[in-house]
Amino acid sequence: MSIRHLMVAVLAAGAAALAAAQTSPPQAQGAHILNRIAFGPSPADLARVNALGVRAYLEEQLDPQRIPMPPALTAQLAALDAANLAPGAAVQAYRELRRVARADQDDSKDERRMAARQAAYEIEAARLLRALYSPRQLEEVLTDFWFNHFNVFINKGLDRALVASYERDAIRPYVLGNFRAMLGATAKHPAMLFYLDNHLSTAPDFVPRRGAAQGNRTGLNENYARELMELHTLGVDGGYTQRDVTELARMLTGWTFTPRDLSGPNDGFRFDPRRHDHGVKHWLGREIKDAGVAEGELALDVLAMHPATARHVSYQLAQYFVADEPPPALVERMAQTWLATQGDLRAVTRTLLLSDEFLSAATQQTKFKTPYQFVLSAVRASGVAVSDLRPLIGALRQAGMPLYGCLTPDGYKNTRQAWLNPDALTRRIALATALAAGRKPFTQPVDAAALQDTLGPTVSPHTRELVSQAAPPLRAAMLLGSPDFMQH
Amino acid sequence: MRRRQFLNTLSLAGAGLLLPVGAGAWAAAADRPTRRKLVVVMLRGAVDGLNVVAPYGDPHYRALRPAIGLERPGTEGGALDLDGYFGLHPALSPLLPFWERKQLAFVHASGSPDPTRSHFDAQDYMESATPGARNTPDGWMNRLVAALPGASTPSRALSIGPAMPRILAGGAAAVNLPNGAAATRADVLDRPAVGAAFDAMYADDPRFGRAYRAGRSAHKEVMQASEAREMRAADNGAPLPNGFPDDAARLANLMRNDPNIQLAFIALGGWDTHANQGAATGQLAGRLQPLALGLATLAQRLGPLFEDTAIVVMSEFGRTARQNGNAGTDHGHGNVMWLLGGKVAGGKVQGEWRGLGPDALYEGRDVPVTTDFRNVLAQVAERHLVLPDSTLARVFPALPQNPAGLRLFL
Repeated sequence: MSIRHLMVAVLAAGAAALAAAQTSPPQAQGAHILNRIAFGPSPADLARVNALGVRAYLEEQLDPQRIPMPPALTAQLAALDAANLAPGAAVQAYRELRRVARADQDDSKDERRMAARQAAYEIEAARLLRALYSPRQLEEVLTDFWFNHFNVFINKGLDRALVASYERDAIRPYVLGNFRAMLGATAKHPAMLFYLDNHLSTAPDFVPRRGAAQGNRTGLNENYARELMELHTLGVDGGYTQRDVTELARMLTGWTFTPRDLSGPNDGFRFDPRRHDHGVKHWLGREIKDAGVAEGELALDVLAMHPATARHVSYQLAQYFVADEPPPALVERMAQTWLATQGDLRAVTRTLLLSDEFLSAATQQTKFKTPYQFVLSAVRASGVAVSDLRPLIGALRQAGMPLYGCLTPDGYKNTRQAWLNPDALTRRIALATALAAGRKPFTQPVDAAALQDTLGPTVSPHTRELVSQAAPPLRAAMLLGSPDFMQH
Repeated sequence: MRRRQFLNTLSLAGAGLLLPVGAGAWAAAADRPTRRKLVVVMLRGAVDGLNVVAPYGDPHYRALRPAIGLERPGTEGGALDLDGYFGLHPALSPLLPFWERKQLAFVHASGSPDPTRSHFDAQDYMESATPGARNTPDGWMNRLVAALPGASTPSRALSIGPAMPRILAGGAAAVNLPNGAAATRADVLDRPAVGAAFDAMYADDPRFGRAYRAGRSAHKEVMQASEAREMRAADNGAPLPNGFPDDAARLANLMRNDPNIQLAFIALGGWDTHANQGAATGQLAGRLQPLALGLATLAQRLGPLFEDTAIVVMSEFGRTARQNGNAGTDHGHGNVMWLLGGKVAGGKVQGEWRGLGPDALYEGRDVPVTTDFRNVLAQVAERHLVLPDSTLARVFPALPQNPAGLRLFL
């Protein structure tokens, strides 16, 4: 089934549901919920919120397994091979492409380049299809948040092949699960071991089997240990020192993987006692005796339940969902939930989403959309079938937010300061104008009246008035490019 | 109309857009407040300064870096000798002529007094110029453009890249231009009906009006500037590789053609070489090569404007003196700042250098910081851009005293 056909099917279902919901006009709170826990309103999800009410919709979203996936979407995702490969198979395919590319001179070079590009496309398309059309929208929004939190970069060597498995196996299963479990899954996933170099980190006296040729390539690498505390858990003010970074790196020596051993999900990790530094460490005020892989596990236990981690990650969640400068009282309550539930992310997310701070009118329409949020929300609100996801992938790249393309481990920011700039506004208006006119990847022009209904109360009176005075072909472009639509 | 009168009219009307054809001819006019230019290139991710300007004459250098240290000058892949003690990375050879002409200087062992080894904090501090204070609302280049004499036009301070960098955030107008050729092409808002519709929505918008207006007027200015010399620029040299060299060439053309542009910023990533960073060739060399080519292109294409331009290259901190377990380097402290320009006191590695002996290293692992990066930037602001003394403290609050002997401009 083509994407286009899929979309027609999904939209038809949405339109029917929408018709049923016409009697209850969209409320500001419903619009707010869809703006923040979904990638903006789509006709179908708007109908769902209106049918269930805000609270019930929130509860349903917190339990995504209850929400059936549209079979058409599932089928479409299943056809994106590269997104579904086990890490071992993906690495093998990647290696094969590279091996042939080196051996061969030109003949089939273009073919192989295309194969590599197609694999990258499938991985990115899978993410976008879910984000656009999955009814489990909160899961998609949380995937965006948590992937960024534990960011890896698709263009670093082997991670090209590993990123699909990383998101599927180490992030998605845990976004409403337990933080310690996600922390462990990311720590052990080859994509992270490779990205932050821990797979290379060894005891200073380790001698690799292959002998002296690599003799000066062994020893400590503190890259992962530092970002683990600074970004993933405690936060930069979490009270650790350079000594703690080095000692944690020592505790994590031997956490590695061997590409040829990869086969199934999460099979990649290997603890190599020969690479491990067996000396005594002193970390965060503790004495750590030699315990092999258990040293790293202990570190993850301690970090996952550290009050600094609970606060740091709660702050980031609240910043993503509520405000660039999140209310301290809310962050504190989330951190308390974290500590009381041993890092149960469903409980923490529920504390967040059911809070007065999140639901308050003052919170609505105050976050500047990231490029990712802008592009997705424009497509969803328009309700037009998409023929090809490449133009959207290109738009994200041009906006400075390529999918899986954040080079640095801090991931993309989500604040106004990071994304509001003169060029961004011009770009967004250009994209809005192109989509509204039905240019690629859209298959037809956007119906301005339907769009305005979907956007509901988020369209300001000023915009409404200007749109009503404008020439009809400009109206949808003005709605998608309006100041109102830049934020959510 | 005499030129001076015309300029006054321009600034009175606040109409930076009304650039006459041939404006490039005025770019070097002696009495423009924007005559002196500054380009800042930030290497995000902490470039390994000890392999940019390598102290090959220090007996500890190769011992600390057996796999990645540069060979001595004169050997295969060796450093390019600067002064008999320091050598330039061979991938930076396009910059050597500037060194020989004394238009290129380095300040070694420079950096932030704050000890953080977090990329993100250290970059923040370098862009706000308030080490240790994370909540400074604006960047120093924004404060600088506000403090410099003369009227501000939207393109007076610009950045190249899709995001507005921290260093330009703040109260003064600043714009960003996209990478590549998109900046100089017509956009959808140049269509009159579309432009009018969006102007009406954005002009007075309290949230986005300012950014929108700045973008519109800078776009018009840049379009005019690029039209003025497009033909000349096109045959001004061989085609450049994409990325920084291409953006640098375009920036030079814009600066020559639009005299309002005074401060420019561009950031490059990919310097966080924790593993297999290479020596004369390899990962780091592969990054330095287009950087050097881009800087040389920028300098050349600025033409006569180079005399009035200072180009600063900086990075948030240096990397460990000793290579790590994986032929890479971890986060360190002191680094090297680069200074390129017509009036730079070049041909010299400046700054107090204590060597790489065990007692000299900061915390036993890194190059110490003997020159605060703000002292380097303050000299650029004061001596080069002629920022009035009275406003220096606004741009660089709590500026430490200038280190004895540090003199970066002729």
